[in-house]
Amino acid sequence: MSRDNDNSAETRAAAERYWKTTLRLTVGLLLVWAAVSFLPGWFADELNSMVFFGWPFGFYMAAQGALIVFLLIVWLYDFCMTRLERRHGLDPDD
Amino acid sequence: MSSLASLSRRVWRYYLFYAAGFFSLVAMLAIAEQLGLAPRWIGQIFLFATIAIYAAIGVMSRTSDVSEYYVAGRRVPALFNGMATAADWMSAASFIGLAGTLYYAGFEGLAFVTGWTGGYVLVALLLAPFLRKFGQFTIPDFLGARYEGHFARVVGVFAGVLASFVYVVAQIYGVGLITSRFIGIEFEIGVFVGLAGILVCSFLGGMRAVTWTQVAQYLILIVAYLVPVGILSYKVTGVPLPQLTYGKVLQDLGVKELELFSEPRENAVRVQYRHRAEEYARKIADLPDSLAAERMAQVQRVNELRTQGAAARDISVAERQLRDLPRTADEARVKWERARQDSLSRTVPPPPHAEAHPGADQAARDSARRNFLALTFVLMVGTAALPHILMRYYTTPTVREARRSVFWSLFFIFLLYVTAPAYAVFAKWEVYSSLVGSNIATLPHWVASWGKVGLVKIEDINGDGILQLAELTINSDAILLLVPELAGLPYVVSGLVAAGGLAAALSTADGLLLTISHALSHDLYYKIINPEASTQRRLVITKSQLLVVAVVAAWVASLRPDSILFMVGLAFSIAASAFFPALVLGIFWKRANKWGAVTGMIAGLGMTLYYIVRTHPFFGGSMAEAWLDIHPISCGVFGVPAGFVVIAVVSLLTPPPSAEVQALVDDVRLPDPAKKRKQALTS
Repeated sequence: MSRDNDNSAETRAAAERYWKTTLRLTVGLLLVWAAVSFLPGWFADELNSMVFFGWPFGFYMAAQGALIVFLLIVWLYDFCMTRLERRHGLDPDD
Repeated sequence: MSSLASLSRRVWRYYLFYAAGFFSLVAMLAIAEQLGLAPRWIGQIFLFATIAIYAAIGVMSRTSDVSEYYVAGRRVPALFNGMATAADWMSAASFIGLAGTLYYAGFEGLAFVTGWTGGYVLVALLLAPFLRKFGQFTIPDFLGARYEGHFARVVGVFAGVLASFVYVVAQIYGVGLITSRFIGIEFEIGVFVGLAGILVCSFLGGMRAVTWTQVAQYLILIVAYLVPVGILSYKVTGVPLPQLTYGKVLQDLGVKELELFSEPRENAVRVQYRHRAEEYARKIADLPDSLAAERMAQVQRVNELRTQGAAARDISVAERQLRDLPRTADEARVKWERARQDSLSRTVPPPPHAEAHPGADQAARDSARRNFLALTFVLMVGTAALPHILMRYYTTPTVREARRSVFWSLFFIFLLYVTAPAYAVFAKWEVYSSLVGSNIATLPHWVASWGKVGLVKIEDINGDGILQLAELTINSDAILLLVPELAGLPYVVSGLVAAGGLAAALSTADGLLLTISHALSHDLYYKIINPEASTQRRLVITKSQLLVVAVVAAWVASLRPDSILFMVGLAFSIAASAFFPALVLGIFWKRANKWGAVTGMIAGLGMTLYYIVRTHPFFGGSMAEAWLDIHPISCGVFGVPAGFVVIAVVSLLTPPPSAEVQALVDDVRLPDPAKKRKQALTS
């Protein structure tokens, strides 16, 4: 984009758009994070009555399921941010 | 970019050689054991060989360049920074303690597993990329720049040093435990041997040396963690992937638990423990008369034995019992109360392993649930606020690499945490199905040898010669170290586990010591006291600080402060309440200003410390004073919201930050731009 004339209104508007998208992504992923971190713990008893490949489901979520979702969140964040940077011409590999 | 790629290739080659070398060492020792090498020697060779490797890496990476010393030249590739962070992160508590905690706490212990991994989501989304973009040396650097001036920096230095110091003492303690147990030297000497190991890594090469030794340490610790439980899983289920198979074993364990908890002899033993607890209660109530009576009876017994001409051994046992009697009524009260609690805990069977939030009644169950969630929260936020972890994300070449390296960190940490619950389940299965119910006279060899160091205790209270579950005590820290022997593996695996535990403790201690000495020398000395100091002088100061802090920490550890787990929990709560609100608002809320941050950090920290003093018996508090029944280990659950609220309110009541700071925030929010703009911004 127009990174040659730094202070132009266009750059600032682009930066604003970039930040808005980042915020939306961050809030969305944080909601997933909070849900996965705290809901299975709260409803563990109810979930434990379900069986998931041998595990009581509540136990499984706290021991393994949540961890896998955490990994996916961090991976997805990097994936989306890399695409966003490319779209805004903020790619370090340019 | 191409120089980075070639660096990465070179590093890959080094570590492939290193891994091959390490595996051949293990293989050679395994063969030597078959040929008759004594276990004692295997333990020593393992510990000294690994420390020698770390020292060699440390010496090879020595540097006197400031950027290399503080942030490893900012060219650590994401994958390797991930491994280094994982080693930095996983301490002796994770490596040795977690499996045992899960063994005893069952579902409730999973708060540690979710908490210690979920925090990395916060690191990735809220902190790491922005701190990397800011690109200085320490966390107080960010606080000082964002919140205009020394005040915020000094509060940051204080909280960072406090949290890291509490944490590092626990690590050095762990090093002392491992070296003393596996080399057979005094605990106090073990502490200082460990200290030497820590210093050779960090002293000469700073962050650069620590990074590369941590990668080496990660490889050892993860192999040491996965191998024993993998073999155990293969023995029990036929599949060497415990993470996938333990669900089935957990089911079988549930059946076994029901069977065991309703077994008549098991219940008879529990009744006997109830009688014993009542006996202690009576003796405590009758103090000091009961103590005098006890002493009288014992003196009489010794005299009787003497006059009867009993065997010398029986007499000396009776004399020792007499000597070990409490001297004063207060001492007796403490000792007997502990014994009463211990007996009382054996009168009820442990809750089933998978049961969530167990409790006698609904109120107890609700309180367990609240504490579970509070602990998860504090561990997550604390993870995202510990300076020695955040500092690692300054070392990557770009913002994108910082983001990616959080992914790798979490991945490498995930490998251990996803295995820990499997450890607990497999160990419990082995104990319940093959140890309990067997003849005490023919128990395997290792029971006696661990009994000698006091980590396994067996008391045949009903005298039937058969081991009941309630008669067995295994120290929680010993569970992990016992697994190789439970599985009947050769000693070389135990040696490997010890080397892994040492790697975990050393790598964390290295990172923490570096954080403390950087905070003192860079933030306090260079930035505040003497900004004109030459590069040379700054490094000399850093290195001497490192030495002083290390020696003081080792000295504190050698005093054996008793509650290590509590200290680790305290470190998390301190870091969470002091740093997290100020760091996150500093990036995401431009209006946050100096006064808000300073008061917010102090309020958060103050709230946390106040709650601990109020509720922890160590400071004379009691759980009767607790709010919502939250245990002191989770005190940050009150400190973090307090920090956020105070920062918001005070910031809004005082003038907004200057235009330069607002520009800094804008800049931090954008990732690495093309080269030209980067130069303009950093100049």
